[in-house]
Amino acid sequence: MPMTMHERPLSPHLQIYKVELPMLLSGLHRITGIALSVGSILLVAWIASAVYSAEAFASLSRFLGSFIGQLMLFGWTFSLMHHTVNGIRHLIWDTGRMLDVKQIHASSKIGLSITIVLTVLAWILGGGFPGGAL
Amino acid sequence: MNHRYRAPLSVARGLGSAKDGLSHWWRQRVTAIALLPLTVWFVVSMIALAGQDRAHVLTWLHSPVNAVVFSLFLITSLYHADLGLQKIYEDYIQARWLQLSSRIATDFAAVILGAAGVFALLRHAFGG
Repeated sequence: MPMTMHERPLSPHLQIYKVELPMLLSGLHRITGIALSVGSILLVAWIASAVYSAEAFASLSRFLGSFIGQLMLFGWTFSLMHHTVNGIRHLIWDTGRMLDVKQIHASSKIGLSITIVLTVLAWILGGGFPGGAL
Repeated sequence: MNHRYRAPLSVARGLGSAKDGLSHWWRQRVTAIALLPLTVWFVVSMIALAGQDRAHVLTWLHSPVNAVVFSLFLITSLYHADLGLQKIYEDYIQARWLQLSSRIATDFAAVILGAAGVFALLRHAFGG
């Protein structure tokens, strides 16, 4: 890149900001995006094992039923819910709405609440929590 | 080349606009919108399939609607993921060669996963 200007202004360092919810959710959007990308490998493995091999499907099911597997699935559920709910916030912002600082704080609280409720609900409806590994 | 004595405009002139500034952003939004109903379907389906045995999963997959919508969910997710990961590489990876090779590796991985997943679904749908 040819530098055509000198002493370009730098944005303040990350550490200078007070940590607030909208900022955490923004970071979490990328982290959950990465988690879901990696999770798509598991999704394809699940489909392929169901179609091709009873043994592979059985061992994958065993793994997913273990504590580590359940932890991964729970993280995946949370990631999917957060990325979807926070993604809706982004789509609303893209229309130029809800961009005031107050509205951003409000929607971050509402969004996180919806994410938590949906995650727990999906987990319980799927037969998790009571009595299970997780 | 020493740019110190050239005006910024003269450096930029001739390079031309890439004309695709909006393209990435737009594809990211279109796939996001498509994923909203697909994700609702996916979550409801996974809840119904949780804890079921292989025979049940295969019966579910045999339905054309489930096979087609699952393919759409998989392909759209992978496309959306590929676009998002590209932005993350651009933001956090400084070395150009590493940024590009990460992008290419991710493109390949997305296409391979999509092909493998959709092929498995078709194989099951048409028996074989």
